[in-house]
Amino acid sequence: MKEYLALNGQILYWVLIAPLRGQPFKLGEVFHQMVLIGTRALPMAALTSFSIGLTMAMQGASALKQMGAVSFVPDLVTLSLFRELGPLIVAVIVIGRSGSAVTAELGTMKVSEEIEALQVMAINPIRFLIVPRFLAMMIMLPVLTIFGDCVGMVGGWSICHYALDLNTPFYIMRSFAMAKPWDLYSGLVKSVVFAWLVITIACHMGLRVEGGAEGVGQATTSSVVWSLLIMLIANALMTAIFFFT
Amino acid sequence: MSDEPPVIEVTDLVRSFHGRKVLNGLSFKVMKGDTMIIMGGSGCGKSTLLRHIIGSMKPTSGSIKLFGEEITEMDEDQLSKIRRRFGMLFQSGALLQSMTVGENVALPIVEHGQLDAGIVDLMVKMKLEMVGLTGFEHLKPAEISGGMKKRVGLARALALDPELLFSDEPTAGLDPIMVSVVDILTQEMTRKLGVTAVVVTHDMTSAFRIGTRMIMLGTGPNQGKIIAEGTPDEIRASTNGEVKQFINGEPDGPVPLRLSKGDYVERLLGHPPVGRKTYNV
Repeated sequence: MKEYLALNGQILYWVLIAPLRGQPFKLGEVFHQMVLIGTRALPMAALTSFSIGLTMAMQGASALKQMGAVSFVPDLVTLSLFRELGPLIVAVIVIGRSGSAVTAELGTMKVSEEIEALQVMAINPIRFLIVPRFLAMMIMLPVLTIFGDCVGMVGGWSICHYALDLNTPFYIMRSFAMAKPWDLYSGLVKSVVFAWLVITIACHMGLRVEGGAEGVGQATTSSVVWSLLIMLIANALMTAIFFFT
Repeated sequence: MSDEPPVIEVTDLVRSFHGRKVLNGLSFKVMKGDTMIIMGGSGCGKSTLLRHIIGSMKPTSGSIKLFGEEITEMDEDQLSKIRRRFGMLFQSGALLQSMTVGENVALPIVEHGQLDAGIVDLMVKMKLEMVGLTGFEHLKPAEISGGMKKRVGLARALALDPELLFSDEPTAGLDPIMVSVVDILTQEMTRKLGVTAVVVTHDMTSAFRIGTRMIMLGTGPNQGKIIAEGTPDEIRASTNGEVKQFINGEPDGPVPLRLSKGDYVERLLGHPPVGRKTYNV
């Protein structure tokens, strides 16, 4: 826990203070990591968000039909995507494919002495390896979340349009009439917090790997398990703060 | 030379892991221009000693001075200033797998100097030429052999023309010709440029070829202690049984080939029986 907090402190130092002291991070590497962490997760995030939007519309429709309230389906889909499911689903995908990859990569570098070699060359591993991954995650997870929200709405629309006889303008008007900006923003705040948790846990687990291939495997598993767990707890807390108080 | 402080001064260095003393009160000095060879059997603490000198590990007690400055109490900032003055060749090469050979060699140059891209490129070519790897700039470490990785590691360690060079098993896994090349490179660095070198090795031919001072660490009851120290000639003439056995590569001697018969049967059958272990494979 102490090491984890220290890592957070070091990241903040190298992101915010060190560049002012003439020790900048590598911008090119940030973009490279944004592609690895974010862009490559796009198809997967799109597919899951679409399927979630779709199933939500189906489930919602079957329940709301009994009350003759099918026209509320767009509200249900949009609000739950913006507030909860969008950030959550995208974060789960990113934990599974990018968080685990970061842990495995850093862990392998640790066991093959690459990180020690950096230190001996007087290159700070936090600045050189962690900061680009951190910034990439902090930028790409909210971006992916907005993207996932949109694709999820398309999923909901496809049910409304093809199965429920709700026309497209109605779906769009209804969605945007019901959703307040705060619904979107609250989801984005969540995704920023998730990004922070996911990347710091992934890096922390990667940097403390010991004991060869087995250690890398274990670290990757704990990275995914802890990221999921902490993220779900944080999500519940934030929902309570944003909508329940 | 006598009024200059030693490049490395280790005093009473102790390091224990879980109560076992891996380094047990080591003291030695390395003077400028020396090639210090650290020898010893497997598990004697050679690599651990090297890790303490480069500041990767902190000792349980004792002092380590590099260029006259105490490093055991330095923070990362102070350490990185000292580290810019030395280069290190890791046993496995420790190249960054995500970068090409050229980028690996360029890394310290780019990170520690505001140089023009053309000059960096030239320096990388020079260093690779030196280790006989011109034309391999664009390959990834995974695409070259173990020996080549080591030579790239050497080129990277020499990239900033360090005053002090550490090598962890520089010749292990190289063919005899490359062993000579690496040895000659180290010699050129020390004799022509006045670089100080610390080489951990158990290749005796290479050790006697390049070394100007040698220390040998003991194993068993002498674990973590210096059992012999001196010039190559003094080491060759040593009367210490363990040193003789080591430099002549004899299988049996003070370091026993096998345990005595009684011990063997006892350990095999496990007395007391609590020592027995069941393997479930």
